[in-house]
Amino acid sequence: MAGNGPGGKNLVVVQLSGGNDYLNTVVPYQDGLYYDYRPNMGLKGESVIPLDDRVGFNSHMAPIKRMYDSGMVAVFMGIGYPEPNRSHFRSMDIWHTAEPFTSSAEGWLGKVTKALDPEGKNPVTAVNFGRGLPRALAYPGVSVASVGALESYGLYTGLAGAKNRDALLDTVSRVYQPMSEDGIPSLRILQTGRGALDGADLLRQAPSHHNSNVEYPEDNPIAQSLKGVAQVTSAHLGTRVFYTAHGSFDTHTNELVNHSLLWDQLSEAVECFWSDMEEQGTADDTVMWIFSEFGRRVADNGTGTDHGSGGSAFLIGPSVKGGLYGDYPNLDPGSQLDGDIRFNTDYRDVYATILESFMELESESILNSRFGRLDLAAV
Amino acid sequence: MAQLLRRAGFGATRDQIDNYLEQGYEETVEELLHPVHGDPEDQDFVDRYFVASVEARTANHADPQWAWRLATNPNPLEEKIALFWHGLMAVGGVKLDHGLEMLTEIDLFRRFGLGRFEDLLLEISRNPGMMYWLDNQNSHIGAPNENYGRELLELFSMGIDEQGEGAYSEEDVKTAARAFTGWASAVTPPPFFLGPFPMEFRFDPDDHDNSEKTFLGQTGNWNGDDIVRIICEQRATARFVALRLYDFFVSDTPNDEEIERLADVFEANDGEIRAVLRDIFNSDHFKSEDVRFKKIKSPSDLVFGTSRLVDRFELPELDSGTLANNTLFMGQHLLNPPSVEGWHEGEEWVDSGALIERINFASSEVSRVDGRGVQRMLARVRDAGDELDGTELVEACLDALGAIDVSTRTKLILIEHAEGYGVPWEAAAPDATDRTIEMFQLIVSMPDYQYC
Repeated sequence: MAGNGPGGKNLVVVQLSGGNDYLNTVVPYQDGLYYDYRPNMGLKGESVIPLDDRVGFNSHMAPIKRMYDSGMVAVFMGIGYPEPNRSHFRSMDIWHTAEPFTSSAEGWLGKVTKALDPEGKNPVTAVNFGRGLPRALAYPGVSVASVGALESYGLYTGLAGAKNRDALLDTVSRVYQPMSEDGIPSLRILQTGRGALDGADLLRQAPSHHNSNVEYPEDNPIAQSLKGVAQVTSAHLGTRVFYTAHGSFDTHTNELVNHSLLWDQLSEAVECFWSDMEEQGTADDTVMWIFSEFGRRVADNGTGTDHGSGGSAFLIGPSVKGGLYGDYPNLDPGSQLDGDIRFNTDYRDVYATILESFMELESESILNSRFGRLDLAAV
Repeated sequence: MAQLLRRAGFGATRDQIDNYLEQGYEETVEELLHPVHGDPEDQDFVDRYFVASVEARTANHADPQWAWRLATNPNPLEEKIALFWHGLMAVGGVKLDHGLEMLTEIDLFRRFGLGRFEDLLLEISRNPGMMYWLDNQNSHIGAPNENYGRELLELFSMGIDEQGEGAYSEEDVKTAARAFTGWASAVTPPPFFLGPFPMEFRFDPDDHDNSEKTFLGQTGNWNGDDIVRIICEQRATARFVALRLYDFFVSDTPNDEEIERLADVFEANDGEIRAVLRDIFNSDHFKSEDVRFKKIKSPSDLVFGTSRLVDRFELPELDSGTLANNTLFMGQHLLNPPSVEGWHEGEEWVDSGALIERINFASSEVSRVDGRGVQRMLARVRDAGDELDGTELVEACLDALGAIDVSTRTKLILIEHAEGYGVPWEAAAPDATDRTIEMFQLIVSMPDYQYC
């Protein structure tokens, strides 16, 4: 199986589902307005790890702070898109399709997969950890493996007492062979089945290629997903796009407890993953993109926060020039947008940068337009 | 008969097919075309089991309600036609995240989906969910919003060709938008504390453009209902509806001759959908080999077809509520189509991730020996003989699964699998049930099972 193209890095996406509370992730701990709007949810004192004299990370992000200090974490403050939508569905679609104004069924990473493997020769060019295909990876003619757990991925894994699994697989495998003549079942369905079976075989074997001293915590779902990413990376299957999700960040209530737990899990998982990448020698070939569909209201609701707009996102990797990007949104009532922060960095500028500076792909055809590029590559 | 039930419904069990055969083909067509619309007897059970789905706040909360009907409605065509219109006049949770309105709309399709197309278009034009989805409440005298006028013509009635051209002009789109000014909706008090606000249609005469308009060559002081009436007089509309019905109920490959004929039927019957479907189902073309097993099952066909076969739900339960998750895993998020265009039917449904979900779901369902349907299927195979050789076992299993068929090549491989045991299948042998279930699992894993 071919390795990476020259210089093109693997992209690992971590989606924070539900709307991550930006203000309690990158905290404006010197801004009195923040504490005015967050009488119940405001983080102070030891709950904040300062980055500079204005903003700090939530204290449950200590491992990410360590990576930030090593210069490999870019933090986007106030990232978003015009005319924000506060529906989970719609806003997630906007991030997935790179189309803020029209509804599209084509995902930006589906197009990336198509560009990387135009003839669909590798069934595992893109691998999604989770069930069902995220819109980001949907594109006609692009097959994406959607994996729960690698060890048990494939057909008949959920059958109770499947002692006959091998016999079933053997027969199914004989049927799904592309024939020279098209008919019913069609060639396309047979090819799809072949791709699914081959992809499943490749992915199931991936864990056996992975030797690592890193111990990913068992009870941490995002750590387990990222362990899967590391395993597939180690197997050198030619996978270029990995998709994972973590959540739910929809913290309308009991936010202080839930949001902390989610970031504890995520930070630990991300640190494990990058230690592992270093150990495998693949860190320089990998870049990680963490985003959420929206941020939350500036003002808290007593025990949590409601859907808002704008937000934070992170690009991580040794090839990334770390630091703070964009301006921290102004919390002044006159600067807010209907009780939300205003965005100042268009997410599609970051997409364009990921594509061009890190994946060596031409971005215009994927994003349907020419977007600005940020200076994000470490020299 | 089996083909009729796969297309007009979600397939049928072998026993149901026998009952319908006794009744006769054309009589069955008539029964399917005349669902008795009312409050189902078990509605109370569904409401009590899925409390959050009652007056549902979001589209996701509403899933279990429709999933239960898709899996159990005794007249499957009532759900199938709702699914058809839901894909054609797609309104989705992506914008209208209001479960109550989504379910109201599905019910509108059940009630009007088989009647006159003009009545359906009028109802959907007055539907608050649709008004919101296509921004008609933002359409005002002097400042018409063209979204509804455009989609009404392009996506719901007259259509466009492959070059993007329709049998109407940009001017007609603008005129339609003017005629629909003042068509809006209003919220009514919620039935529960913190419940969603039901919406109702409101016409505001003060916000309606009363000037003279020329639409598709006809001039008058047209209102929205005139626009709908004029649209329904157009040949393009008859052809569009015929094409979409043909795509959904007959074949993934359009047949121009059939579609023209169905457009004639549409016009001759005042645009009644029931009449077009009657013609389709009774036609020689529909019954011919040309179209049998030539249509890819949608995720709903696969999920609800298989669950009807297995028949394991007597009452709503946790598993029945998650049925809709399975269609989502296979690429069809009910109540949340990907865009205003609905879903693309046909082979696009089946990508490698979806195929794995399809095979895992179907093979796991047919292994549920506690299912009443699986018990009946096992009995059917036992009744086929005390001892069955490979060919006989495969034939008996295909028949038990609802008189389905597979290609010659697939059948040979299945027979070889059965013969791999070295001894014939025996009803009295301890492994009889296991061997039958294994054959069921294989058959629903076949590429052939992806067709209906």
